[in-house]
Order: sequence, then structure tokens, then C-alpha cells
Amino acid sequence: MRELNGAARHRIGFTLNGRAVSGWAEPRLLLTDFLRQELGETGTHVGCEHGICGACTIRIDGRAVRGCLYLAVQADGREVQTVEGLADPDGALNALQRAFRKHHALQCGYCTPGLLMSLTDLFARTPRPSEAQILDVVGGHLCRCTGYAGIMAAAREVAAEP
Amino acid sequence: MCFGLVATPPVRYNRTTPREGREPARIMTEIAARHVGQPTERTEDLRLLRGRGQYADDLAVSPRTVHAAILRSPHAHAEIVSIDAKAALSLPGVIAVVTGEDVQALTDPFLVALRQPLHQWSLAVGRVRYVGEPVALVLADDRYLAEDALDLLSVSYRELPVALDPAEAAQEDAPLVHEAAGTNLVSVRDFSYGDPDGAFAAADRRIALTTRFPRHSYMPIENFVVVAEYHEGDGAWDVLANFQGPYSTHPVMARALRVPGARLRLRTPRDSGGSFGIKLAVFPYIVLMAIAARMAGRPVKWVEDRYEHLLAANSCPERVTTIEAAVRDDGTITALRFDQLEDYGAYLRAPMPGPLYRMHGAMTGAYDIPNLAITSKIVVTNRMPAGLVRGFGGPQLYFALERLIQRVAVELDLDPLDVIRKNLIPAHAFPYRAAAGALYDSGDYAKAIEIATGDGRLDDLIRRRDAARAEGRLYGIGFAAVVEPGMSNMGYLSTLLTTEARERAGPKNGAISLATVNVDPLGAVSVSADCMPQGQGHETVLAQIVADQLGLAPDEIAVNLAHDTGKDPWSIAAGTYSCRFTPGTAVAVHKAARQLRDKLARIASNTLNLRPDDLVFTGARIQARDNPDNAVAFARAAGVAHWAPATLPDGMAPGLRETAAWTPPELAAPTEGDHINTSLTYGFVFDMCGVEVDPITAQVRIDRYVTMHDSGKLLNPLLAEGQVLGAFAQGVGTALHEEFVYDSEGSFLTATFADYLVPTVNEVPRPEILHMESPSPFTPLGAKGAGEGNCLATPACLANAVADALGIADPQLPMTPKRLHALMAARDEPAP
Amino acid sequence: MKPPRFDYVRPDTVEEALAVLADFGDEAQVIAGGQSLMAMLNLRLAGPRVLVDISRLEALSTCQETGDCLEIGAAVTQADLLDRADLAEAVPLLALALPHVGHAQTRNRGTVCGSLAHGDPSSELPLCLAALEGQVVLRSTRGERRLDAAQFQTGLLSTAREADELIVAARFPLRRAGAGHAFAEVARRHGDFAIVGLAAVAHDGQVRLGVAGIADRPEIREWPFEREDIDAVLNRLAWDLDAADDLHASARYRRDIVRGLGPKVIAEARSCAN
Ligand code: FES
Ligand code: FES
Repeated sequence: MRELNGAARHRIGFTLNGRAVSGWAEPRLLLTDFLRQELGETGTHVGCEHGICGACTIRIDGRAVRGCLYLAVQADGREVQTVEGLADPDGALNALQRAFRKHHALQCGYCTPGLLMSLTDLFARTPRPSEAQILDVVGGHLCRCTGYAGIMAAAREVAAEP
Repeated sequence: MCFGLVATPPVRYNRTTPREGREPARIMTEIAARHVGQPTERTEDLRLLRGRGQYADDLAVSPRTVHAAILRSPHAHAEIVSIDAKAALSLPGVIAVVTGEDVQALTDPFLVALRQPLHQWSLAVGRVRYVGEPVALVLADDRYLAEDALDLLSVSYRELPVALDPAEAAQEDAPLVHEAAGTNLVSVRDFSYGDPDGAFAAADRRIALTTRFPRHSYMPIENFVVVAEYHEGDGAWDVLANFQGPYSTHPVMARALRVPGARLRLRTPRDSGGSFGIKLAVFPYIVLMAIAARMAGRPVKWVEDRYEHLLAANSCPERVTTIEAAVRDDGTITALRFDQLEDYGAYLRAPMPGPLYRMHGAMTGAYDIPNLAITSKIVVTNRMPAGLVRGFGGPQLYFALERLIQRVAVELDLDPLDVIRKNLIPAHAFPYRAAAGALYDSGDYAKAIEIATGDGRLDDLIRRRDAARAEGRLYGIGFAAVVEPGMSNMGYLSTLLTTEARERAGPKNGAISLATVNVDPLGAVSVSADCMPQGQGHETVLAQIVADQLGLAPDEIAVNLAHDTGKDPWSIAAGTYSCRFTPGTAVAVHKAARQLRDKLARIASNTLNLRPDDLVFTGARIQARDNPDNAVAFARAAGVAHWAPATLPDGMAPGLRETAAWTPPELAAPTEGDHINTSLTYGFVFDMCGVEVDPITAQVRIDRYVTMHDSGKLLNPLLAEGQVLGAFAQGVGTALHEEFVYDSEGSFLTATFADYLVPTVNEVPRPEILHMESPSPFTPLGAKGAGEGNCLATPACLANAVADALGIADPQLPMTPKRLHALMAARDEPAP
Repeated sequence: MKPPRFDYVRPDTVEEALAVLADFGDEAQVIAGGQSLMAMLNLRLAGPRVLVDISRLEALSTCQETGDCLEIGAAVTQADLLDRADLAEAVPLLALALPHVGHAQTRNRGTVCGSLAHGDPSSELPLCLAALEGQVVLRSTRGERRLDAAQFQTGLLSTAREADELIVAARFPLRRAGAGHAFAEVARRHGDFAIVGLAAVAHDGQVRLGVAGIADRPEIREWPFEREDIDAVLNRLAWDLDAADDLHASARYRRDIVRGLGPKVIAEARSCAN
């Protein structure tokens, strides 16, 4: 049984985008804050901290989840994937990122990392998602800028890719 | 229950040819536009898609930084009897607690546009006037600890009666929000243009309605961020914040801090997570964190959370409008009369009451109505202070005006489209001076409507309505015709004052844009400018503009719009708001690039032995127009200016850095007769839609939505379309979902995203977008503002469609199922 | 906002978890997926002394058919369940209702039992459990007990779980041969909590209708197919639920939804029954 004192900081380690990382966290530290402040990986954004806007969405053990509803200590030992890990190994934008650019699926870009992670998750398990499946996933995000049209166009394009 | 998506239609472009005798007046360049006008993909995306944006909360801060959290008022109106911070201060890690007493001692109240004593500080002083008002600030080692300390602060209040509803608050016996002001109705101004009384007396009919435009906000997904540091040595502050302008607020902050402007260095980051007007309202927090940093002797960082953002950041004002038309039986409107009461909440923060006056010159909308009477009233209430929200007074105006047009049609038994057409400003009338002074630059409204109803297939909409109605379904069609202002006259707000008061205060007019283009010794080009982009793609557009001027590729132009008042050009008009980018900043950048080009052409003409006029810039070379082989590399010409100033042509200043300023002469101060050209450019938007209302759930389904835009020349059609789509989604939110709700005590009921409903993809269909281009003769690039149109048009258009579907006269915004159900439900409910 | 301080324990076995609950009682708070609890912690609406994380307990991560029930362990996520290819066969009502529970991203983490434990009167899973007459399995150092849905949820955000008890599983009855099911909800946006949720089961000449979002817990009514005065039955039900006005809906609106949508849901369930 792991028992962590609430007033102390504890060493937490996990795999982030394929690399082992570690840092210190009180039990109450949100994973979003751990990623951004402890590890300096600021690609994951915070928009509400109540689980609704989706800006903080990341993948943990191959599932898209809300980073703001996850404690850093709960991520200990897991596989975490964030937007910083999406580009192709040579650094080029991947197909989903390219489609986002082409279809003007982002304006301010604040909601974008979360959407990219949700859609990455969708395509990982459902390479040919239906319109309804795309809507279900995109429906878990708030975007204030784009009216979602570009996001849907980009997702449809990736869904149709051979 | 979700809306079906409309199939993605191709965007259609139509161009109007400038009419004879109305050639664009001041087109300054004959350079072939190779990049401007292209749907260039954005350079911003390359970092944003990789998670490498540079938003305010991403930037490194000093390790000495402490973190702030704010205690907020639970009461809408109360006296602060005492604040006990002992327990909070004894918590390990807590550094300081700042209260209203500190703020009162160290700062002055913010300047207000009215003379009344509506004092606001950055923390409540003595009294709280709305739920969510900042009462105390805690500084601690981290945000978690600071919030722990908030729980330990104890404040005792003595509650006071509240004034919430604008109309009730305006009554004489209402509880006073600011006792010293003696009234909540802090400004009443009457305006008259033409002969409204005569027109109303002569009218066949007078048709009126009253609308209420609700409080809401297009809150961005990124909240406010401020990092403030005080430098003892020079008595100056250095602040980083995701502020958006206008920088007319900078003097307001500096005055509050009791320093000259130069001692308040304000930096904005390269990326901002949306704003839509909202991040103007970060300015009181800039002052608060500045004071806290000075008291603590350490940098202070504050990151607002969503709860406090919804509760207290910003709201559009609520406006109650009674609008009346003098009408002939054939549908011609001869006069309009507005009575507008606008609620600004507890304080009149700068630059309020902007929304009430920003459209003033253009209150007659797209219609040629010569007679106009306006009464504009401002009331304060115990609700969150109002501020900038995309559309900025336009949505309030058009909800009233376009609903009225629909009512005129219903009352006269005419087709609403005929009423619109009958009253449109004719194409030959441009530039057109509207009754209250707006100078509409260009357009062909009738043609726009013809294209929209044709290519947008109005006949199909009518077929769908007829088929639905034949089956007993509730289907309606709505229209809205809207004139979209771009780039505000910095003098418009002075229309609020009487002519005498304006004379005393000195004239206010114009709208300055400033930009700098720099070429380094290796020929690399960089750009800085006075805008604070929040996702509009300004970097990309400016690179397109400069690339055309200098014969380079857009990706060779480095544009970094992180802004620093200590180093970059700015004026009070700086910022990204009121669609000033295309008619303003883009023009300044264009001018600066043009100046550089002229300079480089003269340098190259020395080398090539040609007249500067005979040179063209292309492919990173400067070459003879008729002999491409006679050329010098762009980089080489640039190097001359840096390395060999002695060889420069006579009289030429050394170096290659040009700053250009631009202010359009059309933006004159208000006249003695209160005529005011409130904006520089006036685009046109025509929307039509079909909606269906579910008879059981009372939910509105948007069946088809067509939106027609004439924004002059489009600098980047891809980005212009993005503006339309984004504004449309926000317009849908206003029409159907979003509202700040207070209970009868003034408590705020919509403080999470579970209760304040921002539309998701399931609620926003893709509209069909049509374009035409009537270039503006008043801007060198021919472009007009294009960011707000659907925020103005969509709520009105959807309301007209719902009114048509249900046969109701008064659809209230937002048209929630709860509201519509109340209108639809049979009067008698089945008994238990 | 950020959560208040708490200690964190991650037991390796159910027994360890029960021991912690026995020690700390209502000062302990169990977290599985945390999709409701974390939001409450972030808003400082909850402040446990110790958080007991059961999300990694293998023993609670199984989902299996036992007897006539699908027994869903407390660490099983809503997405795990929805991923089961046979769900529509095994418990059709869950297959219909789960897509309405939050969004894909919250279903990936949120558990079925967590939703039951939270006891929100407008949420879908308690409605399904009640409509299907399922059970909740509770365990403590004192032993194990099973409560019927109707006994388990006692009101708004409250259940019959004792402070030292852990919900170890939920038991959803498997589809009975010939039964038909239907689910509908009215929410402001897709994924929002229901203003009104309706679940119907038609079987063996009987209709069971469950309604969420109005009373302080899901309410169930049952009547034979033959009954002709359905409108009257639904009207009575609508009034019985004692609806209230709130931000998103009026009481009358809620009653009208029961009256208006109820017949459709019932007809749908009956059409699927054979
Ligand atoms: S920040 Fe996590 S959902 Fe909004
Ligand atoms: S791009 Fe700005 S919130 Fe989505």
C-alpha cells in the first residue's frame, strides 16, 4: 500500500512521450500543474479545472482523459502522452497536425492540444471513425474561436486517409 | 438531441467592380499582390500544433515569484465591516494579505468617462457592489497555499439592499449602488437627427417593440494571467499580462498607480488564448498585482481560474431597447426612435460606456432612414461590471433593429425580405452619410442580398418550410441585414458628452496605427506592430503584406507580435479590438514595408544605375523591370545600408528600420450637431436561415444557415472564413445558450461551464458562407474589418426565424428550451 | 481552483482499502475515476482527510456475467463497458444510455460504480440500475451486503453506503428473453446532465418506466401493456415527481417532457420487445 502524507512532496515518475521523467508532488497536485510547472511541459493547457472544456486532455495508458481531473500521484508509473509528443520522429507535423493547419482548425490554439490528443486517441482505436464518433469526441471540447468547422474538416480528412 | 450538420458548401466569391467616379481614393501601391489575398496557411500553427506556444502562463518567471489568489465577495451589496487576516497570515508559506485599505493608500481610483463619483479601485474599498468583487489578495509560495489561506480569511459584512434589474435600478427609489452619485441612472443623453417628430406625425403606422439583450461573455478558454514586478531602483513596474488593449487604458492604469506612463512597462506575450474583447478587463488586476508586488518586494503571479472568470471577469452590458419605426403602408421606414437603457453593472470601467456609443453614427443600420431620435441611458446595478465583448454594442443594436424589421413585415402583412429591400441604402449612394454621421465607405447591399438569396437558395428554404408546416412541424425562416463596423474612431465616446463638455475636454478623433519593419545586415526581415493577436493569424497576414512589398516569401518574414510598451510602437488605439487590424495595423505595416522598399530601391538604383521606378522586387532580388539579369540580391542591397552608410544616396537616413503611422482622416471628432463617424470601414452581412423548434423539448434546430459577407478586399480568405465561422458559433451561443444569471439576491448562478453553456460542436452547424468584395476606398489595402459580423447578425436572424416558426412577437435571448416552452405550452396544464 | 490538502493512500488489495475505510470512516473518500469527485475537490466542495485510490485494484477491474447479472467491478470504467462487444446483447439499456454519460474523455476514466456512488439524481447510470432492478455490492471489514437500487440511493447525492463500506461492484440484470429497452434524455447540450432522462423496459406484458432528473432519485413505475390510459398514468407520474424550477428548466417543462416523451420511449421499448 502506498501512503503519502498530504503535507509533503513525493517523488513521482512516469513515461512522458516515451521518455522517463520524474518530479516532486504533493498528493493534491493536479497532473496538469505537474506537467506544466514541475516538468515545464506547457503544451497541455488549462481552461476550467472542472473537467468540461477539454483543453487539458492528454492520453494516459492509451486513453484520452482530462488532465485536470487527475492527480500527479495517480500518474506514477504510467505512460503519459501529450501534444509535445505528437510530431513525427523527424520533427515534422504528423498527419493530424497537418490537417489542422490545412483546414484552419485552430485560431488561438488554446483548445488545440486537447483536441489533438482526443482525436489521436480516437484514431488509435478507431482508424475509420464514423461522423457520430468524431462528433462524440470533438463534443468533449470547447473551442471559442473556430466554430468547430475546421476541426471537423480536419478530423474527417484524417478519417478518410488510406 | 443534436443538430444535424449541414454539408460543407464551397465558398463562393463575387466581386463588385468599383463604380465609375468612385475609384478607390488612396491606393498607394501598384505592387502586384502575390501573397495578399491568398488563403495562406498560418505560420503560427507551426508552434501551436506542437504545444510550443508562448502564452502568458508558459513563460518563465523569476524564482522569487510569489503566487496570488483573490478572496471575492459573496454579497451583491454590503459594507465591509472588518477583515481578519491573522489566521491566514500564520499559515506557513503565506507572505502577505492585501486589502482595500492598502489599495486605497497606494493607488487612486480608476478614471471614469463620466463625472459622477463612481470610484473603483482594484480591491473593494469599504463596500462590495457585486458578487465576485475582489475583497482581498493573498500572496503565498504557490497557488495551492494561497487558496488555503483564502479559506482562513474572515470578513464580516453588513448586507445592503440590492439593485439588479436595469429598469428597476433606474427608478428613483431604487437602492443606490454608489451613494455619492445620488442616482443609478448616471447618464441620459437625447439626440435628434433630421426631423423624427415630423416623420412620426406623418407616418401611416408606428410600430414598436422592446427588446432585452442579455448579459453574457464570449469568454476565451485561456483565463487572465498577470505577472508583476516592481523595480525599486527606478520606481517602475514591469508587468506581463495577456491584455488585449485598447491602450487608452494604459494611462488609466498608470494614473491609478500614480506614475507616469513610462514607469508602467506592460508586456504582452506572443500568444493569447482567445480574447474577443474580454481580456481588456484584466487591467484592474494589473494594477492590483503591481501594488502587491511592490508591497511584497517580490514578483507576483496571478492566474485567474474559470470560476472567478465566469463570476467576475467580464460581461457585455444588458440593454433594454424600445425601438419604434415611423412606417408607410408600403413598408418604407421614414424614421426610427430608440430608447436605450444600458446596464454597466457596479462600476463604469474604462472604456465604458463604449457599447452604447460605438454604433452611434450607424444606428440606422443598412437602411436609408433620414430621421432618427435616440435616447441613451446608463444605469449601474449590483452586478459584475460590463466590458468589451465581441460585437461591442452591435449585437444589442441589431437584435432590436432587425427584430423591428420583422415586426413591421408581420404587422403590415409584407414579406420581411421586401421590407429589408425597400429600405436598403442604394448602391449609388456610397460613400453614404448615415443620419447620425457614419460615413459608409462602400457596398452594394441589394446585390449582396440578391446573391445570398440566389446562391444561398432561398427557394429551397421556403420549400423546406412549406413541407415542414404541411406536416404540422414548427419551422421558420429568419433574415438579418447588418452593417459591420471596423476600426473605431477614438473620439466616438466623447459623443457621450455635451458639445460644451467636449469643447472643454479638447477634441478626440482618429485612430492611430503604428508598425515597424526592420531589415538586418543579412537581409532578414522582421516586423513588430501595435496589435495583440488572440488567434486571428496576424503574423501570417503581416508576413503576406510585407512579402509582397519586398519580393520575398512570407516565410522569410519574421513577425513577432509580443508587445512591450517600453520598446515597441504604440498609441492609445493600440490593441486588437473593434476589428482594427485590417483597416489599421495592417495598413501601418504596409506603409512601413513600402517605405523600406522605396529606400532599398534607391540604394539598388545606385548600384544598378537605374531609376528606382524601373526596379521590381521579386524572388529575393531587386531587378530591372525589363531586364531580370540586371539585378542585385535583396540581401546585398540591405547589407549596403548597414555596412556602408557613406555610400547611401544623399539625404538618406542610415539603417533599415522603418516605423510607419497611419490615422485615417475620415475619423473626425463629433460635430456640434452630434454627428459622429464612429468607425472607418463598414462591411455588410446578410444572413438567412431556417430553424425548426421541437414541439416537445422546445429545442431549436438550425436546419440551414446562410451568411453573406462583404468585407472589402480579403487579405487572407482562409482566415477571413475562420472569423466568420467563429463569430457565427458565438452568435449561436448568444441566440440559444449563453446567459449570466443572477438570483433575486444578486448571487451568480452560472459560475461553472456546467451552468454557463458554451456551445459544443453538437450545437453549431456549419453555415454556408458567401462572399463579395467591395473594396474600401478609405483603406490602402481596400480591406474592412471582418471579425464581428455574425455576432451582430446571427442572434437577430435566429430570433426572427424562431418568431416565424412559433408565431410569437417577443422571443427573448437566449432562446432556451425553458423560455420557448413557456411561450409554447398550452395555457392549461393537465391537472394531477 | 486547486484542491485542499489530503493524504493519499493507494491500497494494493481490497482488504487494505477496507481497513483504511474502517479507520477513517467518513473522513476518507474513495476515488476511482474521480470524474465527479475531482471536480468537487477542485472547487473545494469536498475536503477529505484521506483519499483512497482504488483505481488500480485488479480485483475490482473485472466485468463478468455471474448468474443472471453483469457484475461490474468498482474500477471498471464506463469506456471499458462500452467497449464490450456483447454489451448491447447483455444489457441493452446500458448500451443505449452510456453514450449519454459525459463525453468520451470522461468515460475513459469515470467508472460505473463511481457514478452510482455519486448519486446525482439526473445521471444516467443510477437510472439504468433502478429501471433494471439491479443491485450494488458493498463490502466492509464487517462483511458484504447487496442493496437493491431502490434501497441504495436514498436521495440527492446520498446513498445507503456506510462510511466504512466500499462499493465493490454493481450488478445489472442481463437481458431477459424478449425484453425491449429504450432510453431518451433531454439535456441542454449533448453530454450535459439530463434535465429529464427516461428509461423504459418492456417485458412479459409489463412496462417499467424510470425517470431521472426530476425527483431526488430515479423514480420507477410499472404497469401492464393493456393499460389504455397511458397519458393519464404519465400525467400522474409527472405530478408525483414533484418537479422544481431551476436554471435550465421549469417544473412544468419537466412534467411536459414526461408527458410528451414518455409515450415515445415506452412505444420504442415495446417495439423492441417480442
Ligand atoms: S481544464 Fe480540464 S477540462 Fe477544462
Ligand atoms: S482555437 Fe481558440 S479556443 Fe479553439
